Amino acid sequence: MLRFVVRRLLLLVPILIGLSILVFLWIRILPGGPAQALLGERGTDEQAAQIERQYGLDEPIHVQYWKYVQTVANGDFGDSIATRRPVVEELKQRFPATIELALAAMFFSIVLGIPLGFIAAKRYGGAVDHASLLISLIGISVPIFFLAIILKYVFAVKLGWLPTVGRLSVLIDLEHPTGFYVLDAILTGNLEALWDALKHLVLPAVALGSIPLAVIARITRAAVLDVQNEDYVRTARAKGVSPGRVDTRHVLRNALLPIATIIGLQTGLLLSGAVLTETVFAWPGIGTWLVGAIRVRDFPVLQGGILFVSVVFVLVNLFVDVMYAVINPRIRFS
Amino acid sequence: MRTKWHWLLLMLVAGVLALAAAGCGGDDDDEGTGAGTTAEESDGGEATGGTLVFASSADPVVLDGALVSDGESLRAIDQMFEGLVTLSGGGTDIEPALAESWEASDDGLAWTFQLREGVTFHDGEPFNAEAVCFNFDRWYNFKGPLQSASASYYWQTVFGGFAEPEEGSPEGSLYESCEATDESTVVLNLTKASSSFLGALALTNFTIASPKALEEFGADEGSVDEETGFRPTGTYGTEHPVGTGPFQFESWVRGDRLTMTRYDDYWGDKAKIDTLIFRPISDNAARLQALQAGEIQGYDLVEPQDIETIEGDENLQILDRPAFNVGYVGINQATAPFDDVKVRQAIAHALNREEVVTNFYAGRGEVAHQFLPPDLFGYADEVTEYEYDPARAKELLTEAGVEMPFNVTFCYPTDVSRPYMPDPARNFEAFAASMNESGFKVTPKAAPWSPDYLGMVDEGNCPIYLLGWTGDYADPDNFVGTFFQIPQKAWGFENQELFDKLDEAEVETDQDARIALYQEANQLIADFVPGVPYVHTEPALAFAACVEGYEPSPVSLEPFALVSLEGC
Repeated sequence: MLRFVVRRLLLLVPILIGLSILVFLWIRILPGGPAQALLGERGTDEQAAQIERQYGLDEPIHVQYWKYVQTVANGDFGDSIATRRPVVEELKQRFPATIELALAAMFFSIVLGIPLGFIAAKRYGGAVDHASLLISLIGISVPIFFLAIILKYVFAVKLGWLPTVGRLSVLIDLEHPTGFYVLDAILTGNLEALWDALKHLVLPAVALGSIPLAVIARITRAAVLDVQNEDYVRTARAKGVSPGRVDTRHVLRNALLPIATIIGLQTGLLLSGAVLTETVFAWPGIGTWLVGAIRVRDFPVLQGGILFVSVVFVLVNLFVDVMYAVINPRIRFS
Repeated sequence: MRTKWHWLLLMLVAGVLALAAAGCGGDDDDEGTGAGTTAEESDGGEATGGTLVFASSADPVVLDGALVSDGESLRAIDQMFEGLVTLSGGGTDIEPALAESWEASDDGLAWTFQLREGVTFHDGEPFNAEAVCFNFDRWYNFKGPLQSASASYYWQTVFGGFAEPEEGSPEGSLYESCEATDESTVVLNLTKASSSFLGALALTNFTIASPKALEEFGADEGSVDEETGFRPTGTYGTEHPVGTGPFQFESWVRGDRLTMTRYDDYWGDKAKIDTLIFRPISDNAARLQALQAGEIQGYDLVEPQDIETIEGDENLQILDRPAFNVGYVGINQATAPFDDVKVRQAIAHALNREEVVTNFYAGRGEVAHQFLPPDLFGYADEVTEYEYDPARAKELLTEAGVEMPFNVTFCYPTDVSRPYMPDPARNFEAFAASMNESGFKVTPKAAPWSPDYLGMVDEGNCPIYLLGWTGDYADPDNFVGTFFQIPQKAWGFENQELFDKLDEAEVETDQDARIALYQEANQLIADFVPGVPYVHTEPALAFAACVEGYEPSPVSLEPFALVSLEGC
């Protein structure tokens, strides 16, 4: 197992090099650059040239790339052109927000998706089953931003129950030892902030969790259907094992393998979904940050941010693979 | 071993199910009791009349007027800082601010400002002539990366270069020196006469900061790294901006909120609200919903399609910001027959501006006849106007000896939306259709906005093209001076009479004479038809209906100090 993990980690190196080249080229192929974005139609050619010189954008692209690699090797991602702050610092500030949102979305989709899929399978062909299929279909096919707008309209604008933007009400002060607001509120014993932060999490988490919820429910349903027709389940029933025990010990446990796999994959995908969700909910995470950076062609932020998200994605997948083996000893690493 | 796995799996399943139970309950709780708290918040925020939350579209870059050019930074800095002069509320007339009066020497090179007395900075330091000179000298002496247009764009635009220019910095400077002749008298010496500089002093970029705070918190300090460029190390612009304005800095959590509170020792009318919070929300739909939900009390840059929704909601209101831009069809006279004024007049008569403005600007546009926004001084009372008239266009083409249909290439940009041009392709299509009715045959030429399209136009490769301009500061020089004071490839003409008129207007120090000169220039321009202005647009702001006293300004110089929440 250790060899497997080490090998996968080593594979990360070529992946990252390839990726960094792609990102580096891709953002430079986009029409317009930081100089044009900063100056708009009012900038003179001299001013644009001056800015490009300042950020080294007037040099040949391979020279730019080599300098960038050296910077990254020093544990630095350069400075944001738009905010003039180190990219690493911004990343540190925004990453907890995205993780908090992703965890909340995953929590929502797991605690709802597994029971939904399980019940649908148990009532195969019945009303609950059809309903769960319908919910899954909606969850997968409705775009996140549209769902978000509907959710906000109903629960915030019409009912006034939940907030529509941000992580915390502007009137509440909270210290941020970790950057995870829920955790911060618990650590500082600030119950008002805790409640407020949780309320701010609900709608974004539901919107972001809608797709994983649908996928998890469908996979759970399929897996449970598959397993409950196995011989050993029938045998267990025939032996007189109570139905509840059959479900938990024999059916769900064996169905867990595909479910765990899909949860892992979906966790990685949440990071890309977060871009849209964060924008619509003005959630100050990696997503809004990257969207803003694309708009102003903030090359260092795009390079650093995308690279970082990719590393997280790869690590999450590695973790899933490892967990896969833990759950299913039949899997051997080769 | 086997048993261990059993237990592990069982615990996993049990854990998931337990979480499921807890989660379902949690969701109910959230929704059930959420209502009370949200209502309380909005009651709390509004009942005291104390806190106004305004949604910005992004975080400020840094709260130092000398180093920014983006609207969101300027909006925030405006609330905390003041310059020597300002502009009339909702207008563009120059009015006293930190200077009570001013006077130019006869040669226009020395400007003497009498400063307001009894003004203090937020840190308790006195505002005086020395503080003014400290700021001007700071800007003039910027070094290294601070000379980049990305930092000191407005200094370069208004004053030009620096004391010690770096490679690539502009040569020469309008600024010569600043003298503090006594505690409350400042003389600004210029290297050449300029009148537009007074209006430019109203720019947020030239507001006066506390010298003590600038030094103490290292406003200009930073390390220069060969790879990463300039890295600011001071905390002035992020944690300690200190001005003289009606609001003072309280805190700034990036991506979340910028909080300002009323400055109780302010020299003028004190702010009506206690606290002002700018909250960045980049998404348009999100801003609208946050306003509808009562989480914010106002936002800028309302999308045209949302205006009807807001106007239909009795809890909300729309405010119009006076137009400060112009969209125009440019004509390049470098090639025949565009150098014939008759051909250019024919083009003006061939463009159905009324139709374009009515159909594509959601009621936010007015037909333009001059290259200057109507609210800016220098706008002429009367100029030659060219109504849409296909028959007249054909007549003029015949008079010019041009064979019909006359083939013209018409350039327009793609991938761009500007206030004066929300959808260039549709403008183009409508204009092309009306021109094809008027003796022309239009060939389209499209290119991505930046840098392709702008490059194509600036290099003079477009005979006819769509373009526009949003003003930087309230001076006609910033419009017609930018366009027509010197020969430019995009226009392709040399009209010495017009150049001279604009030169004369730029340096004239008597305001009334200056206005007259710009009005004459606008009449010249209208007769000369270097291009055809077709639209000025009015951006919209949205507020909760109970917000009173917000005064939209064409240059977005909008003090929240005047705003009250009394009706809330």
